[in-house]
Amino acid sequence: MTGFGIKGHLGILRAVIGREFLRFVHQRERFIAALVRPLVWLLVFAAGFRAALGLSIIPPYQTYITYETYIVPGLCGMILLFNGMQSSLSLVYDREMGSMRLLLTSPFPRWWLLFSRLLGSTAISILQVYTFLAVAAGFGITMPPMGYVAALPALALAGLMLGALGLVLSSFIRQLENFAGVMNFVIFPMFFLSSALYPLWKMAESSELLHDICAANPFTHAVELIRFALYLQLNLPALGWVSLSVAVLMGAAVWGYDPARGLMKRKT
Amino acid sequence: MTDGLRVEGLSFNYGAKQALDNVGFAVPPGRFCALLGPNGAGKSTLVSLLTRLLVAPGGDIHVAGQDMRQHPRRALAALGVVFQQSTLDLDLTVRQNLAYFAALHGLPRAQVPARIDAALDRLGMRERADEKARALNGGHRRRTELARALLHDPRVLLLDEPTVGLDVESRMAITAQVHDLARTDGLCVLWTTHLTDEVRDEDQLLVLHKGQIIADGQTGEIRGDMPLSDWFLAKTKVPA
Repeated sequence: MTGFGIKGHLGILRAVIGREFLRFVHQRERFIAALVRPLVWLLVFAAGFRAALGLSIIPPYQTYITYETYIVPGLCGMILLFNGMQSSLSLVYDREMGSMRLLLTSPFPRWWLLFSRLLGSTAISILQVYTFLAVAAGFGITMPPMGYVAALPALALAGLMLGALGLVLSSFIRQLENFAGVMNFVIFPMFFLSSALYPLWKMAESSELLHDICAANPFTHAVELIRFALYLQLNLPALGWVSLSVAVLMGAAVWGYDPARGLMKRKT
Repeated sequence: MTDGLRVEGLSFNYGAKQALDNVGFAVPPGRFCALLGPNGAGKSTLVSLLTRLLVAPGGDIHVAGQDMRQHPRRALAALGVVFQQSTLDLDLTVRQNLAYFAALHGLPRAQVPARIDAALDRLGMRERADEKARALNGGHRRRTELARALLHDPRVLLLDEPTVGLDVESRMAITAQVHDLARTDGLCVLWTTHLTDEVRDEDQLLVLHKGQIIADGQTGEIRGDMPLSDWFLAKTKVPA
């Protein structure tokens, strides 16, 4: 009667992604907020900082670039980062409201349910990134045309990594109030201690320690993966780091949601 | 008994605090079993274990003959659940909510529309199929959740305080509908509650108190000549 084969697994994936899209359509404010945030950084912050921050020619760029151009990949990462966290916020909310329970009592493997949820939220994030890139292009900040295509797998991998991080956090957090604190301790350090807003060599000029922290930050590698992909180049070390992070974080998320060993035990 | 619900030697702790202590009972098919217990008795923990949101270190749960530990997917596939908190997506229509659930249970897509119609017909909700869940009143939301729980033809139906927040009329209607499901469809029903007026004399009664089953039998026989609420108060010292 019930199909647990490939068709059934794909059916879950389709249903979970479909539900994410419907939720997204019903939450237009969330979409606009997610777009306004990076645009403010791009059009206001970058304009103010342009003069203060001199950039040398660094890969993947082959000529001098404006600061606005430099921070576009970082702002793409910012969208993925905020959405990954927002998605886990909705997981905490879901669990409180009960619909996460509905998902977790499905007879399909839990890792597949969580992965479907992750893929659904990543798909929404990517949609927002491309909308942001389109608006940025409207303001004259463009990338090579094929770069937009090449960036898709990089965005997907980075989105999965940050979504998986959100899943791990949501398995630790019981209440929304605690989540706000974690946002401050996760989002801001991750974003500012990365190459999103300034190249790492700039950071090294100020502090070697901060530079090392930035270099170890997986978000730095996600941003660099996107940056190189937008210029049709593959940053292999970044790909390796991001892939490893996806695997580790996804494993931790599955562990966190395991009913026997994980952290759900403390709080269901 | 291979069908129905069977629980044996189930214990569970939250750290040093024991929530369930050697809980065991069996509910045969076609039986409405009320699990009565005051707040904090361990009902929610038991429901979490029965739905595999938690896994106990010891003890066994068999759903329709399927061991939850050995074959969790088969056991969950045979289980229909209505949680205490609403699990409807309020921005989706009734039909979309049910279709989402059908996918979560791997029902073949071609069968889904007919199954949804049949489930909604059963609960008198067909005409509301295209309304958003947000537009429904509490009673209709509960009926939608009940229809959804029946969509995959479960053998065991678990309802966790399903009447919380409903008015008296809706409460009685849902209670009667689930009694009918047990009688006419041969479903094994476990209904957790702390309200004695939802329990009939012919129902099986389980009383959970401080993590232990302190009574298991037919309600009429257990309560004797006393009203169930008085009997419950005498047993637990907690008014129902």
